Formats: sequence, C-alpha cells, structure tokens
Amino acid sequence: MTNSSIVLRESRYHAIKAMLARLRLDSSARIVVLVDKDGQQIAVHGELGDLDTTSLASLAAGNVAATGGMAKLIGENEFPTLSHEGEKESIHISVIGRVLLLVVFDDRSTLGLVKLRSKQISHELAKTFTEIEEESATAPNNGLPFTGITDEEIDSLFSPA
Amino acid sequence: MTFINYASREINCKIVYYGPGLCGKTTNLQYIYDSTAPQAKGKLISLATEADRTLFFDFMPLELGTVRGFKTRFHLYTVPGQVFYEASRKLILKGVDGVVFVADSQEERMDANIESLYNLEENLRAYGYELMKLPYVLQLNKRDLPNVINSQDLTSELGRKGEPVVEAVASTGAGVFDTLKAVAKQVLTELRKS
Repeated sequence: MTNSSIVLRESRYHAIKAMLARLRLDSSARIVVLVDKDGQQIAVHGELGDLDTTSLASLAAGNVAATGGMAKLIGENEFPTLSHEGEKESIHISVIGRVLLLVVFDDRSTLGLVKLRSKQISHELAKTFTEIEEESATAPNNGLPFTGITDEEIDSLFSPA
Repeated sequence: MTFINYASREINCKIVYYGPGLCGKTTNLQYIYDSTAPQAKGKLISLATEADRTLFFDFMPLELGTVRGFKTRFHLYTVPGQVFYEASRKLILKGVDGVVFVADSQEERMDANIESLYNLEENLRAYGYELMKLPYVLQLNKRDLPNVINSQDLTSELGRKGEPVVEAVASTGAGVFDTLKAVAKQVLTELRKS
C-alpha cells in the first residue's frame, strides 16, 4: 500500500508550480491543476476564486478512470486526452503517466492552443514525476513525518477539540 | 496511496466504504458530513441516479487535524453497491489506503454481504492489494432492525483477519464515527510502519 506513496519535497513542488504557471500563461488559461490518478490534488495555479479544487480533482480522476474503462472495452489502452466544452468555461485533461493535467479555460483561449501547450509541457512533467516516484520509492523513511508517531498523537486527532 | 506534500504540509489518504446495495455506505458518509464542522470538510459529492442509488461514487474530503505540523486529510469514497456497477466499483479502489466493509445485518441480506465481500477481495487483488494486509474495518450496520443476525454469527461469517468490528445504525449515527476512527487509526499506524 504505502510502497507506492508519493512524497513531494518542497523543491519539487515549487518546480511543478513553476511549470503550471508557465503553462497557464502560454495557453491563456484560467486555472491549471495537477492531479494524481487516484484523485488527489498535487498542485494548482491560477484564478481560483472559490473553486473547490479538491472536488474537481476527485471528479477529474473519476472521469479519466471511467473513460479509461470505456477505452478498454473498445480495445484501446486509454484515452490520453479528454475535453469538455461548455458555453463559457471548458476543461481539457491530459493523462501523463500517473498524473492528470487539468486546464480550465474560457474564451480568452482555444482548445487547440490548450492542447498544444499541454502536450509541450507533458514530457517535462512526465520526467519530473518519474524522478519523484524514484525518490519516493528509494528515500529513507526515517525522515518522513509519521515515522515514530505515538499512539497518543494518533488518538489526539480523534478527541474533541 | 498516501500522498505526502511537504510544501503544503499535508498528508492525504483514501478510504473506501464498500458493501452490498442499500447497506448504508452513503448514509455513513452523509452522517459524517452532517456532523462535521464546516471548516473540516469539503463538499459531499454524490453521483447518484434519480432514485438516489449511487451511480459512480460519493466523495468527501475530511480534515482530521494536525500531527507533527502536517494536516491529515482523509478522502472518503463510497462505491456503488448494486452488482451491475462492477466496472465503476473497481475503479474507486485504485490507490486505496483503507477499506470499511459495511455489512447489512438483516438475515435476508447475508448472501449479498458474502458476495460483496468476495467481490471486494477480488477487486483488490486486481490492483495487487491483499485485504489481509490493508487497514480494514467491518461495520455491522442496521442493528436497529428486527430481523438481524446476531453480531457473533455475522462476525464469524464475514470476519477475515480479526479486524475491528463495529455495530452501527448509520441512519442515527450510532457507530459511524467509531468505524471511521478505527480505519483511520490503522491507516496512520501503517504510515508509521512504512
């Protein structure tokens, strides 16, 4: 279970944020979100307002999983990109290994531009995530925050404040 | 799959409520949602049919508190219980950190419980997980109904590994938080071991 955990160090996080910022600028998008395929948000950049990005991440992962299931039924491995076009706002999702790159854009941009810029950055993101996975798998665990946690500390999470 | 983010100092874990159709998985989540302070929870997303049957999943993020400076956030999911939603049920288990099996205590639902439990083990195996090694809680739900099987018999039939067993009436909230606590505790203890 925890063997496949992702540990995201600060330097990596900031590098990813910088990539998302660049993509947002280059594609004239509103928001760019990076999501793990299991539905957990990794990083986000853009005009968030009161957007519930946690739910967005979970639903995007469910969406990709469901269309991936459909792909298998028709003999495809998966659909590498998904697009949903709304009246004003649209979403484009790229599947990059174990992560999903989600771009929210409006009429300041176009699907073609978002697709192009997402594709351009996907190699860089894929490379970074391969490295993060390697680091997560090989890093010694004694630096992790929960190593050595006591029963009392765990219990304290459940006691009424 | 636990996700540890050092930059935002967050630990995210995924817990899935599994069980046969109409056993009360969504009711568990709904009760947790209704009883949690607004600042500790996100939205409860429910992808349900018009008849209120879960179509894909229910989802809610829940923040438990801070341990060693890290926010611990649990992402709670349910699966659709009805047999024919097999494909979507399997998808939800991907990356799971802990499982709650919600059993319907009524006598006539025993076969459905057993079938669902086998289905859980099979779907976990498809992702390379073993129920025996995963944080796991058995909840015996609907204890308030008249035609229930006694807890001991249910436990001996459905128990797999001496897991925590919690009696519950999810509609009133009885046992709901005990169940969540039991599974969350195992997930965090597992993190300590890893």
